[in-house]
Amino acid sequence: MVPISWYIALSAILFMIGVGGVLLRRNIIIVLMSIELMLNSVNINFVAFSYFLQDLGGQIFSVFIITVTAAEVAIALGILIALVRTRRVLNVDEIDTLKG
Amino acid sequence: MEKLLFIIFAVVAIGSALAVVTFRNPVHSAIALMTCLLQVAALFILMRSPFLAVVQVFIYVGAVMVLFLFVVLVLDIKKAIIQTFPAKSRSVVFLIFLVLAIEVELVVLLSPLKGFAVTEAVGESKVESIGKVLFTKYLFPFEVVSVLLLVAMVGAIIMTKRR
Repeated sequence: MVPISWYIALSAILFMIGVGGVLLRRNIIIVLMSIELMLNSVNINFVAFSYFLQDLGGQIFSVFIITVTAAEVAIALGILIALVRTRRVLNVDEIDTLKG
Repeated sequence: MEKLLFIIFAVVAIGSALAVVTFRNPVHSAIALMTCLLQVAALFILMRSPFLAVVQVFIYVGAVMVLFLFVVLVLDIKKAIIQTFPAKSRSVVFLIFLVLAIEVELVVLLSPLKGFAVTEAVGESKVESIGKVLFTKYLFPFEVVSVLLLVAMVGAIIMTKRR
């Protein structure tokens, strides 16, 4: 059987790849995809512990995370479309209207 | 056998996750992210939770990625490709990222959970039992999440409406 530490290591690696995408890339679409990657790696953790502890709570929380992710993507892409329509930018560095 | 399957899925998942971050074209990144999410769904099946695997394929690969591809379609990709490679280096950000990555991996590798694995044969968690727990013990979070989805739907419609 697969030890639980393998799952946690995989989830940590995927999470760090997602963090790297958010920090290093400037294209806003790819930043959003990296956030998806991070949320998904957290799901791996939840399901792994749910499986190893034989407790359904982890799976339920994963369902909630997936739901919140769907809501987040809908809102984020709505903001993105409105932003591109008014400002014509896709670079995260150039979106600084709130900077004062 | 199970370890072999895990290694295959994990390697493909990590490779496609790296592809998401490194590809220049957002469409290619979206396809790579789809591959990664499918591998994670396979890992869910390996962890005997087929319900979540199906939910993952339906919502992530089905709905979320189609939304991403649709937005990429609406937006101007050529302009996006040019903007992904700024001339200035980001060595400070890379350094912070490297320190963070090493820290997280060290914490995981040094954790005392190493040899911990399920030894006895465990059956799949049934959809029925998930539904029972979801609608009894976790009923209030379920309601909150449904309100959140409604708010998100209304918000997305209002935000994209042409004024």
